[in-house]
Formats: sequence, structure tokens, C-alpha cells
Amino acid sequence: MSYKTQRKVIIFAFSAIPVILLFTFAYLPVFNMIKYSFTNWDGLSKHKEYIGFDNYKAIFTDPKYFSVFKVSLYYFVATFVQMGLALYFATILSYKLRLKNFFKGILFFPYLLNGVAIGFIFLFFFRPDGTLNTLLDLVGLGNLSHKWLLDTSTVNVALAGTSVWRYMGSNFIIFLGAISSIGKDVYEAADIDGANKWHQFRHIILPSIKKIVQLNLILAISGAISVFDIPYIMLGGSNGSNTFVIQTVDLAFKYGKYGLASAMAVVLLIIVIIVTLVQRLVIKGDD
Amino acid sequence: MKKRKALMGVMASVLAFSMITGCGSNNNNAASNTGGNTGSSGGPKGDITVITQRTDIVDTVFKKYAEEFNKEYPNVNVKFQAITPYEDQIKIRMNSNDYGDVLLLPTSIKLEDTPDFFEPLGDLSELSKQYKGLEERSVDGKVYGIPITINYSGLLYNKKVFEQAGITKVPRTIDEFMAALKAIKDKTEAVPLYTNYASGWALTQWESDLTTVAGNVDYVNVTQPSTDDNFVKGQPHYELYKVMYDAVKQGLIEEDPTTTDWETSKADLANGKIGTMVLGSWALGQVQALTSTPEDIGFMPFPTNAEKVIVPLADDYTIGVSSKSKNKEAAHAWVDWFINKSGYPTTEGGGMSPVIGAELPATLKQFEGSDIAFEMQTPAKAGQEGLLDKIDKDSEIGLWQPDFKKRIIEAAIGNTNESFDDIMKDLNDAWVKSRAKFAK
Repeated sequence: MSYKTQRKVIIFAFSAIPVILLFTFAYLPVFNMIKYSFTNWDGLSKHKEYIGFDNYKAIFTDPKYFSVFKVSLYYFVATFVQMGLALYFATILSYKLRLKNFFKGILFFPYLLNGVAIGFIFLFFFRPDGTLNTLLDLVGLGNLSHKWLLDTSTVNVALAGTSVWRYMGSNFIIFLGAISSIGKDVYEAADIDGANKWHQFRHIILPSIKKIVQLNLILAISGAISVFDIPYIMLGGSNGSNTFVIQTVDLAFKYGKYGLASAMAVVLLIIVIIVTLVQRLVIKGDD
Repeated sequence: MKKRKALMGVMASVLAFSMITGCGSNNNNAASNTGGNTGSSGGPKGDITVITQRTDIVDTVFKKYAEEFNKEYPNVNVKFQAITPYEDQIKIRMNSNDYGDVLLLPTSIKLEDTPDFFEPLGDLSELSKQYKGLEERSVDGKVYGIPITINYSGLLYNKKVFEQAGITKVPRTIDEFMAALKAIKDKTEAVPLYTNYASGWALTQWESDLTTVAGNVDYVNVTQPSTDDNFVKGQPHYELYKVMYDAVKQGLIEEDPTTTDWETSKADLANGKIGTMVLGSWALGQVQALTSTPEDIGFMPFPTNAEKVIVPLADDYTIGVSSKSKNKEAAHAWVDWFINKSGYPTTEGGGMSPVIGAELPATLKQFEGSDIAFEMQTPAKAGQEGLLDKIDKDSEIGLWQPDFKKRIIEAAIGNTNESFDDIMKDLNDAWVKSRAKFAK
């Protein structure tokens, strides 16, 4: 066998495994999901009937399935807070600072925690006699203390806040990586020209990591649309914190409507694709 | 040289190929191994896997069960798997062939699909001479599951709290009950009625008291599926959840229901920080274990305006044998032993044994001779098995789901603009619409 064919065989053999894995665990389930979305399957029964577009019709005609998207708005707003904070900390910690690595660790730590654990920690945090209210009392803001999760005007803010706390670390670490790839000499030149830190941020850091900011934004917004873990673990979607994905999970597992739930998942997939495309068009950079 | 290179290429592709086929050949081995074991003399042999929902005692009590079991069946090796949340996880696993040899039948699979997944344990006419509560999982005269225990439902209460509040007689009617809750609020520090809203599942316990409110063992499975007026004023569902709504509205529940915790609530009931909780007999032992004076924790029937006080007896999970089991003989032996000899139904299960003629548990003996009747619910009429479930799922009402109970509490607190009647009307509309699809 010549070197060339040998190379081909090796390349084929080694790429076959990841492709097979990808196909089995990513594409096949999606194909099946699309197939199920046209049935009235209950997730278990051997019999499933094809019912055409009935599931999709139900989603788009019954307001109760779509109205939950307004909860996503809270997480959408929180996305920008999250990105802002991540960018702020990443910038600060890219400069020379005492205990720099310690702070990096602290900021990244929440992302390493298990979502379930975070849910329970914050349940205690938001209790009437919990950490948050105790803290407010201590600093003399006792009149602000509140039943955070009971009041419908604060429940989603509290949950979105928890979400920011959890995911900020991942944005932060990506930004930090991007910022540290900027060459030292650029800063030196800027210092000589008399640029302050703000100028450096605006004219050096931000333009250099624009691509990464865009990527994080896409990830964060599609995350906001499909938010699930924090509200599900903390409240099970009750008290006005229900989201589209929680609704999907409920339909599939509580009411045995796999067909309908699959259709909802397909709808969500399409929405995420559309949002991503729109975002790409709107913030089209010079590629 | 050339040969070696060729070999490498072949090896690489073999590697890739074996990845795909690996699983298949393993399965074949397993099948032929266990196939040889069964059917030989000297009782059942081999490995069985028992799946349970009791994560709390799987490594302690169940290990002892296995030792006891092995005294009778020395050649069977019993392995346990505890999963939580049981219902959701097991349903996903049942899409494969690997869901243990002995397991609890998920309550949410359709009755008519049961034979696809489980082995028949015997004829209903024969087995019902031996066990109670088999109707729930019987299809075409064959039994597929035996209840691991039979629960009775009502309220657990702390007798000390009742004493402090000056309640001398256990309330029987709904009015007496509401008055008792008020008295607890006024005269003690305890929470009168703890909802456990945050856990969700605890709210579904209310549904099991429907029979008591109706005062009729036929209501749940016979009357309910054949009426259009299920959530209408005067009907059991309306009356039952009105108690919940009123209690919340009058502030007789915990301060912030969204942040409650089940484990803490058990301790609080045991220590007199909570007056009452709507639960089943299965919880009695768990609460009593948390206090040094277990006699303070009592059980009472749910309040009712009906003439007769009926405490409903209902199957806990039923236990059965997987139809994919490779070692059915041993699996059957385990089911038989577990129900009859392990003692689980009355000790760990906390209810009544399904075995006919078995002794009553201590908590029930106190009601002997009173006007309180402990009765099984009438099973669904022939041809209507599973109908209630179908209507329930299609309408997304969720009789056994926390959703509309949470809605009632949210409305009563004042978080939403719905009135109790709005919610009931909404549920009834959904009920009528779905019932029309299935009931002929």
C-alpha cells in the first residue's frame, strides 16, 4: 500500500469513530424526535399513530404553550448583565493585580458546581429567614427584605439572578482567554501614547475580542430561550416561573405526550436556529 | 514493510468496526449464559436485579432481605438498584431491554400496555384468594403486579399541638377541621396545615382523599369517569380542594410555601412546629422515627361532610417481573418471598399487607370498632379500565400531578387573578372536552 492510500485509510478509520458517535448520539435522536413529533406516542407504548401536523397545530393555536416565552425575557435581559459582568471582570483581571489567580478561581467556581446543588443553595438563600434577607438586615436595608420566590414580581428576577451567578464564570473564562492572547507590546505602545485603561479597553481589548463576544452572545441568547435547570430545580416551574423547556418536559413525562413534546422541541430548535441567523446578520462583522 | 502497513490499516478499520458490533456480541453471550442456568434442578439459580424506589434503605434493609432470601434460595444472587425519581427514570429504561428482573410497575403506563413489559404472575381469579389490591394491574384476567403495601390516606397530626390549641375531639367535618386549624393558629406557634408546596409531589396526596370527601367507594373509579360534572360545586373534587383554597386564603399554612423542604417538614411535624399534613400511612413511620415521643403523632381521616367516614385503602406501587427477564423463575421467587415473608408491607412500607388474613398494623387497630371504615376503592367497571387515566392525560388536568394544586395555592395567596371557581371551571371544561373523546 502506498503512503497515500495508507494515509487515507488511517484518516478514514480515525474519523469514522467520532462521526459514528456524533451520528448515533446527536443526529439520530434528532431525526427520531422529528419523526415522533408527527405521532401521538406516549413514550412507552408499542403503538404509535401518525397524526400529521396536529401537534404543531396544537402548539401554535393554544396560547398556553407559547405564552411561557415571556418568562424567557427575564433571562434575555439577564444575559446582558451576565456578559457585562463577565467582560468587566475579565478586563480587570487581565491587568496586573494582587491575588489575581485567587479571584479568577472565585469567579469561575460557580460554573463548576452542579446545577442541582446550586438550586438548593439558592432555595435557602431566598427563604424568608434565609441568607439574603439576613444580609439585608445586617447592612440596615431590612425594609427591602422580601419573600423573593413567593412574590410574582420578583420570582423570575431572583431565578435569573441565580442563573447569572452560575453561568457568568464560563463567559468570564472565555473572555479572559481571548484577552490574554493580545500581545503585551500593544499595551506598551498604548501606555507610551498616554492611553488610560478605559481607552485601552475601548480601542484595544474590545475590537480584539469582538468575535468571542459575538460567540458568547449567541450562546447566551440561545441559552436564555431554552432556560431550564434553575427554575425547574428550584420551583418546578410553578408560581409563574414556567419556561418552554419545562413545559416540554412536563408534557412528555407527566402527561405522556411524547409526540407533542417532540414537536415543541422541534419548534424550539427552529427558533434557536432563526435567532442565531438573525444575530449573525445584524452584527455582521468584517470576516 | 508493505505488509506491515497494510496490517495497520486493517487493524484500524477492525478497531472501528468492533466499536459498532461490540454491544451486539455481548448481548448474545449474556443470553446463552443465563439460558443454561434456569430450569436445572434444585430451585432457581443465577443473578437477578431488583429495582426499587427506596434509595434510603437499599444498602441496609434490602441487603438483609437478600441474606434472608438466600437462606431459602441459596443459588440466587440478588442485586439491587435504587433509582430516583423512580417513575420518570424507569419509564425511560423500559424503552430498552434492560430494566431489571423484578421492578415496580410504573403507575403511569397504560393498563393495556402492561403485558408488553411484564410477565403475568397468575390468574386474577386464583390469586385474588391470596392477595388484595390486584385489580389495579390486571389485564384480561391475568395479574401483572402485586401491591408492595396497601396505604391508607388522610392527615397526620401532632396530638400535642391539638392539645395546646384546646381541641379535644378529632375534627370530623370540614367546618370542624377549619375551626381546628384556626384554633392552632390563634393559640399555638405551630403552622396549622403544612402544604409542602415546593416539593410538588406532596400536594398530590390530597387526591387520595377524594373517596373520603365523596363518602363513597365507587366515586373515584366508577362515578368519576362517567360524569361531566367532576369539578362542579357540590362535587367531591370541588369540596376537597376548597379546603386547600380556604386554608391558604385564611393564612393557615406555612409562611413561604415556595421555599419549603420535605425532610425539614417531617421533623417539624414530629417536634410540634406543624399541626397537620395531608399524607398517607406510609409517612407515619418516617415521622415517628424523628421524635422521642412517637405516640404524639396521630393519623386521622380527611374531614368530610359525608354520612360515613371512609378511609380509602389504595395500592402503593405494585411489584412484578420483567418480560425481558432472563431468569424468570428466580424473579418470581423473589416477588413471592418479598410480599409474604420479608415483612416489607407493614414495616418499611408502613401500610397493610396485601396478603389476605395478615394482621392489621398497630395504627389501624385503634380504629377497630369505630364508625370509621377502611375500604378499598371499587375498581373501574369492565370496559372502562384505564379510561380515567386517558381522560386525565389528554386533558392535562393531572389528578395525580401537582400542577393544579399549585395553581390553587398561588391563587389563594393572591399571586394570580384567578378565583377558586375560575380554576374549577377551567378544569371542568378540559375534563368535559377530553371525556367526550374517549367515553362512548
